[in-house]
Amino acid sequence: MSRLGTLGARLYRGEVGYDFVGKRKIWYGISILITITAIVGLAVRGLNMGIEFSGGAVFTTPKTSVSATQARTTAEETSGHTAVVQKLGDRTLRVQVSDLTPEQSRKTQEALAKKLNVPLDKVNTDIVGPSWGDQIADKAWTGLAAFMVLVVIYLAIAFEWRMALAALIALVHDLTITVGVYALVGFEVTPGTVIGLLTILGYSLYDTVVVFDGLKEGSKDLTKQARFTYSEMANRSLNGTLVRSINTTVVALLPVAGLLFIGGGFLGAGMLNDISLALFVGLAAGAYSSIFIATPLVADLKERDPQMKALAKRVRARRAADAAKAEAGEAPEDATDADDAEDAAAGVVGQRSQTASRNRGRGGATGKRR
Amino acid sequence: MAAPKKGRRSPGGQGRPGRVLALILIAMVALTAGMFASGHTTPRLGIDLAGGTSFTLEAKNQPGKPNAINTTNMNTAVGIIDRRVNGLGVSEAEVQTQGVKHIIVNIPKGTNAKQARQQVGTTAQLGFRPVLTSTAGVKTPEPAPSATGDKDKADKGKQDEKSKQDDKNKSSGSPSPSASTQGRPVTDALKADKADATPGASAPSSAKTDDKGAKKDDKKAPTPTPATGDAAALQKKLDALDCSTKESRSQANEAAAGAKPTDSIVACRKDGQVKEILGPVAVEGTGVTGANAVFDSQGGKGWIVQLKFNSSGSKKFAQVTGQLASKPAPQNQFAIVLDGEVVSDPSVSTSIGGGQAEISGGFTQQSATDLANVLSYGALPLSFDVVTETTVTAALGGEQLRAGLIAGAIGLALVVIYLVAYYRGLALVALASLAVSAILTYTIMVLLGPAISFALNLPAVCGAIVAIGITADSFIVYFERIRDEIREGRTLRPAVERGWPRARRTILVSDFVSFLAAAVLFVVTVGKVQGFAFTLGLTTLLDVVVVFFFTKPLMTILARRKFFASGHPWSGLDPKRLGVKPPLRASRRRASAPVDPKEA
Repeated sequence: MSRLGTLGARLYRGEVGYDFVGKRKIWYGISILITITAIVGLAVRGLNMGIEFSGGAVFTTPKTSVSATQARTTAEETSGHTAVVQKLGDRTLRVQVSDLTPEQSRKTQEALAKKLNVPLDKVNTDIVGPSWGDQIADKAWTGLAAFMVLVVIYLAIAFEWRMALAALIALVHDLTITVGVYALVGFEVTPGTVIGLLTILGYSLYDTVVVFDGLKEGSKDLTKQARFTYSEMANRSLNGTLVRSINTTVVALLPVAGLLFIGGGFLGAGMLNDISLALFVGLAAGAYSSIFIATPLVADLKERDPQMKALAKRVRARRAADAAKAEAGEAPEDATDADDAEDAAAGVVGQRSQTASRNRGRGGATGKRR
Repeated sequence: MAAPKKGRRSPGGQGRPGRVLALILIAMVALTAGMFASGHTTPRLGIDLAGGTSFTLEAKNQPGKPNAINTTNMNTAVGIIDRRVNGLGVSEAEVQTQGVKHIIVNIPKGTNAKQARQQVGTTAQLGFRPVLTSTAGVKTPEPAPSATGDKDKADKGKQDEKSKQDDKNKSSGSPSPSASTQGRPVTDALKADKADATPGASAPSSAKTDDKGAKKDDKKAPTPTPATGDAAALQKKLDALDCSTKESRSQANEAAAGAKPTDSIVACRKDGQVKEILGPVAVEGTGVTGANAVFDSQGGKGWIVQLKFNSSGSKKFAQVTGQLASKPAPQNQFAIVLDGEVVSDPSVSTSIGGGQAEISGGFTQQSATDLANVLSYGALPLSFDVVTETTVTAALGGEQLRAGLIAGAIGLALVVIYLVAYYRGLALVALASLAVSAILTYTIMVLLGPAISFALNLPAVCGAIVAIGITADSFIVYFERIRDEIREGRTLRPAVERGWPRARRTILVSDFVSFLAAAVLFVVTVGKVQGFAFTLGLTTLLDVVVVFFFTKPLMTILARRKFFASGHPWSGLDPKRLGVKPPLRASRRRASAPVDPKEA
């Protein structure tokens, strides 16, 4: 703890810090690469839709001595469709047949029960009509759209439109990556997956909002000084909340990991696994995008703002002056103290010069950022 | 912006944190007591955890009736299906609408899923059938309603004769006084009497006579009731029919519901006291346009049910009542049959035309309303497809629950270890808060079971596990704020107070987003997703409650303890470990940092 604790302190004061915003191009690149991979994977491999979306049935038998092949033959003969039979841990069988109507599914269930010589009720059954999946997907899309609109409105009011936009991009980024992982790895997409995905919506934004909250606070009186540009300030506040971000991500991922590896391990395939897998990927992507994508994006957008352009200009001017001073051999003995003293002065100067610089910015700014 | 304005009520403000703490503890005790008082100590479990069968029905769009799928129709359908399913003898089955056009039917373990499926899948069928033979199902006589125009005495006489033949009533109960001589004589009661007069009379011979009687009557009358099929077979069926128990009745209903409208059937009356041979459907339920339960204060008939027919229904009804009126009892009765069950079997004395009729006699407000509902909606033209069907054995359900709980416990244990390792003494606050949150969540879930039939299913368990992260995040945000304040060189007490407004805002803003997600999910989705969204929304709300009413006041109190205030190395608030620099420098530095807490 102590090491992380002091790291937290140093991060907080900006003594150490990773230049997230400055190196944003790298992260954008990485994200674009991942996203493209995900989209390509999606286009080429497609999603492995579970029976909930294609219609069909999954039967889980009780312990049985009937072999997988026998069960498959029975299922295929009755249904007339290809059956996939998996042997689960304790000698139970999982028989999955796609593209069945409920009628066919029931017949198959009866045939299987007969074959296994168990009562009908002892066979776990999941029968899904072909239209059901479309419904779920439809509702999920509706939910997604409604949620995005509401959240953008909310964030635009609570923060500002730039942050809302950045949060939205980060959200789409997270969803794309998660869906891409499903396509590439070939996991089956079930309603559990959809639940997981929809949760990511909430969580990804939740995380982004916490980071943005720090950002908003940091930028409150930004224009009244000339020490930091918006991007630099963003980076500082990012580093300041880094410990929080790490802790929260760990704490959120631990139970999900428990669900995924332990809960899933008990049962093999199942809803627990489906939800937790989507969550695991999504949470990790969400934590990543809040820091590496959303905040740099806000900084990028903000730097286009005339006020911030003016600020950047002032900061540059001041730094040039400092450098000149240093060259002239007037380097202060105690950097910090001099800095602070000057800062106070600069605060006043900055305020006074603000209007002037803003006008300059408007009237044909070079458009150079930072 | 959702952040609270300064000066707004801030629970646990430095003033009296003890009171706020007491408040939430009282709430917890009250909830726990309520839980035990309600007699439920575990949440209701969904089908996937407890085992059982679950169906999702989807209303089919009907050509030419674009607005058929609406709330009223869906609720009526739920009522009808509920009656059918719970008629199976297991009354724990639950039927509820989900979204706009789905109905979820959950049948707990131990029920015959196949039978349930048949019952659930078919459309409700309402029809008016002439009664050919009527016989007692059980002993207790009860007044049966009769149609307007009421009955005459001749009727009664004939009825008596007739009912001598009726038999095979295993219930040789005590004879009851015969029914009123005027107004609405009670056909069934009378029959029951007579039947009792010849107790235990064996079926075959009398049954034969009865058959002939029925046949003769049919031939005599030019009714649309040609006694097709084998009348003897029908009589045998009637003899074999047992209306005395719920199970046998539901079987009988099932069989009767499966018959073609043009066939004669045997059926039980709803109360199980009468079983009848019924002719082919004379008027389809679709001929009824509406029915109302009305209290007839002028005629002194008490509660009556008024019926309205459409033009073809009206014509048919006039015709059939005209024919029936001239017949002896019980053949002057018609049965209102819903899904193979005789809901009511009033008798008629005159042809009833004009598209309106009323049924009177022996109704209570409840029974009149019920009958009116059945008549209005019984043949509701909504048909359903079974779109999903899930059967989970109790064994698998238990296993899923166990796996979920184990996973949750392990996840929680990992969180605890991490928090203790990182926050040390502060972790106590976090863990106590998590515990409070867990207790509140659990008791509320248990209480919601009976209250709004909330059932804990697997997705809901997942939602609760995910919520651990969101709940813990609130503490982490707050703790980090406090530590930041300490890094500014403050001592603990001011740090706790100064860090709070900022942490509070962050918590509210972010929880709002999380809650928004849950709410949107809950509104637009169906089925499993909804359970998940509900849990997530509930835990998010509770998170806010716990942070405001528990964590913050607790921190305020603990900040007065020496262990925390002096920054004991194990308190998690040791200024040295937090890397506090000499105050002078720290404070000067702060003056220039853009990260300036203005809100505190």
